[in-house]
Amino acid sequence: MKGDNELRSIRRQRSRWAAGAVFFCLSIVAAGFINLQIFSTELYTLLSSENRLRTITVPAPRGTIYDRYGRAIADNVPGYDVSMLPGPRDSISAGLDRLAERLDLSPERRAALLSRNRERPGEALVVRENANFEQVAFIEERRPRFRRVVVDQRPRRRYPTGPAVAHMIGYVGEISPEELTRPEYAGYESGQSIGKTGLEQQYEHRLAGRNGIRYTEVNALGTVVRDLGVAQAQAPVPGEDLHLGIDLDLQVYADSVFPEGMRGGVVALDPRTGEVLLLYSHPTFDPNAFIGGIPLDLWDSLREHPDQPMLDRVSNAFYPPGSTWKLVMSSIGMKTADLTIDTYHPSACTGGLTYHTRYFRCWLPSGHGRLNLSEAIKHSCNVWFYQAGQRIGLDPLLAGVGELGFGRPTGIDLPNERPGLFPDSREWYDERLGPGGWTEAVVWNLAIGQGENAQTLLAMAQFYAALATGRAPVKPHLVRDEMLAQQRVDWTFDLPDFQRRQLVDALARVVNEPGGTAYGSRLARWTLAGKTGTAQNPHGEPHSWFVGFAPAYDPRIVVAAIVEHGHPDGAPSPAVPLASGIVDRHLETLGLPPEATPGVRPLQTAPAPAGG
Amino acid sequence: MIDRLRVPGVGDPVLLALVLSMTGFGIAMIYSAGQVDVQSLAAGIWVRQLYWFGVAVVALAVTSRFSLRFLEWLAPWAYGITVLLLVLVFFIGTGPNGSWIELGPGRLQPAEVAKLGTILMLARVMGGARGPYERLLEFWKPGVITLVPFVLVLLQPDLGSAMIFGALFLAALFWSGVPLPKIFLLASPGLSLLLGFNWIAWGLGFLVVAACLYVHRLFILEAVGVLLANVFAGALTLRLWDSLADYQRNRLLVFLDPEIDPLGAGWHLIQSKVAIGSGGLIGAGFANGPQKRLAFLPEQHTDFIFSVVGEEFGFIGVMLFLVLFAFLLWRVLRVASSMDDGFGSLIAFCLFAILLTHIVVNLGMAVGMMPVTGLPLPLLSYGGSFLLVLYAGFGIVQRVAWEA
Repeated sequence: MKGDNELRSIRRQRSRWAAGAVFFCLSIVAAGFINLQIFSTELYTLLSSENRLRTITVPAPRGTIYDRYGRAIADNVPGYDVSMLPGPRDSISAGLDRLAERLDLSPERRAALLSRNRERPGEALVVRENANFEQVAFIEERRPRFRRVVVDQRPRRRYPTGPAVAHMIGYVGEISPEELTRPEYAGYESGQSIGKTGLEQQYEHRLAGRNGIRYTEVNALGTVVRDLGVAQAQAPVPGEDLHLGIDLDLQVYADSVFPEGMRGGVVALDPRTGEVLLLYSHPTFDPNAFIGGIPLDLWDSLREHPDQPMLDRVSNAFYPPGSTWKLVMSSIGMKTADLTIDTYHPSACTGGLTYHTRYFRCWLPSGHGRLNLSEAIKHSCNVWFYQAGQRIGLDPLLAGVGELGFGRPTGIDLPNERPGLFPDSREWYDERLGPGGWTEAVVWNLAIGQGENAQTLLAMAQFYAALATGRAPVKPHLVRDEMLAQQRVDWTFDLPDFQRRQLVDALARVVNEPGGTAYGSRLARWTLAGKTGTAQNPHGEPHSWFVGFAPAYDPRIVVAAIVEHGHPDGAPSPAVPLASGIVDRHLETLGLPPEATPGVRPLQTAPAPAGG
Repeated sequence: MIDRLRVPGVGDPVLLALVLSMTGFGIAMIYSAGQVDVQSLAAGIWVRQLYWFGVAVVALAVTSRFSLRFLEWLAPWAYGITVLLLVLVFFIGTGPNGSWIELGPGRLQPAEVAKLGTILMLARVMGGARGPYERLLEFWKPGVITLVPFVLVLLQPDLGSAMIFGALFLAALFWSGVPLPKIFLLASPGLSLLLGFNWIAWGLGFLVVAACLYVHRLFILEAVGVLLANVFAGALTLRLWDSLADYQRNRLLVFLDPEIDPLGAGWHLIQSKVAIGSGGLIGAGFANGPQKRLAFLPEQHTDFIFSVVGEEFGFIGVMLFLVLFAFLLWRVLRVASSMDDGFGSLIAFCLFAILLTHIVVNLGMAVGMMPVTGLPLPLLSYGGSFLLVLYAGFGIVQRVAWEA
């Protein structure tokens, strides 16, 4: 046992140790605070703002698309997007469950949203674009139940004349995961809308603008506490407007007069510039249905419909050109085989002609008798053109067609334009049919626009535009743009102008002289020139074609129209009145003064030497 | 002394003023912690703390009137009642961990009350000794006294509070003059328990223990006992680890790397550091902390109250508080060392030890240096029982200072 004094001295010593321990421990703690609050304060200030700030993308309004008279073909109206802020997966999933019924979320859509949330957990999840007012009101009235849900007003695409312009304008839709990986969509975020087809796709980068950013402050539960002011946001840059050469009125007109229940398309160009005045395909669809996500059943019915309403029959569908091709043959013959407008062939038309053992028919069983080129065009005599083909010969024919640009895209400013098909050489036949599997008789078929020949409406319109003006062939373009109007294609229509003029006369006779195949659709005020076509095809009744232009001697519009299977034997050809109606309407809109005496104005003499 | 005469029982008016003002400041911080932008139950909680403050002041007034001899007589009763309460908790406990007992208008946390009961009992048993214990066997009385509440609290399960009893035991030994190597040997099985995760670390620890035994020459049986205890503890580690509740294991793992579960167990550590770190030098100002306003820390009015202090008053405010805490600890230590009476001196030192442990563990947790243990910050954190117990303790310390 030790004394009090010794115990007191022990305690004095121990209290010094204890004081030292206090100093030691608090110093370490103080070092921790120095580290956090002095040395790392920037980091933690940043973390603090990341903690509480959520970025929300402010979509840029897409550029408006106007027609040539300033009418909106595609514009924007306010729409409501419902999105969910980032958060734990359970709460996102539960939130979707609460929203599912009101927002018509299908189980597939719900699964897709969850998988997107898994891929990009840090981003706001756009649950529904283009929610209607009732849906927004439902959410706003029950705010506490939808803590993570944000309703954003964002511009929504609208196509006021939807179906009439569908194929040309295209539509917008949510960017797909596959598209997100493509280089041209670098910087795009999932959930964003992009142009999917048509002009919306072609000019995506001009129309899209640049999205802005807005910050909202959230608490630990992800609940939006307040919206930070514009000062801290990045304003969106609106997309560029597009001005088209399209006449919206003409589109709507074409939509209203296209033969009901038929398929086909019609395109019209200004032959001087290549501006597309009209581009219409039938049957059509409503691009407005795609805004904010098209319902799956509607999408399926569009995709699987036997009439293929999504197909652009102007730039993406091939047809045998039929008799409209005879002008191509005429041009080549005049250039390479000394054909003139007054050429008569050895055999008159007796309703057909025999090649070796095979009999080739003319469409008129009773025959056309003896014809020159001009009359052969007027009456669309096959027998005359069989002999023209024979006289030209296969190799010059194949080469000549290639020199007129067929088989290449026209260069229109639409995505996925498909070039027409035409054999480029004998080898083409050898490869497909075998060296002995075909005869020179193919040239007879080719001569009347049948056989191994498939062209788009647009390619035919482009050729007729060159024929109509005699100038360097234009590139069709939808956007009205000085640069585009100056652009020319890489082939030329190098027929002496008087011969070209003779062909125009012949085309004018088709429409304006009794007995011409399109006489029934002549115009009262202007001279329409053009060629009908009846294209045999393996799928059914022949297609009904018309390609023409007006006024014949000062062309302002080239039109190419087709009605699939529209020309059974003996029935009138529906493409002709369709095209002539469009021409008439356009010239009237232009305010073009009527001609005093519409009709053929043939050149009386061969022209003076060039330069006059 | 003049101040001693003014109010009977109040021996250290400076300490009293310090305690009262820090509590007042704590209530202000609890008010601030409730000022958030979301609907929060914590919004009006500062008023309840104010009521507890009143009760605590009464407790302080009462305990400062108890003479030390009366307290010494009272000690076994107080200890017995607190142990009874700890047992009762298993049957009528309420609250999230079942560690509360409903008591009229308020709720009492027996684990907190037990701290005071254990202090009194330890002081009574050890304060009367005329010198430090010589043999390890003599430690059986204080050992049992602390082991009973330790085990009961551990079973709640509340690892953090249970460790406080271990700290109390070591503090009592320390203050009664037991040589440090002996304390080390006594504590060594606990160390082995920690090192048992890794056999090499445990082996090195075991060598140190053995060296200590050789130098300090205990009786042979005691030495063998210490060694066996170390082996046993080392072997027990992994079994104990498996028996821990998931949330406890997570807390320890997450302390090593908060990012393994940033939204779960690592959340508190990360959010506390973010709040404190973003406070910078001068802080966001009273009631203005943006992190606090958005309620990122669910326990910001209790265990993480200091993250609010750090965010709103910055480094300057934090340092001021560290100085205040140091001053508080020094005043209590001064009372302990100036008292000749073993019983009173030991009570004061045990209170000092409790304060120090809570402060260091809590602040270490706030800055991410310690695992989340759920120990409140004395005088600042919301929590009635702990405030009441502290004030009762401070009352006794005032009495000790008055009688010294």
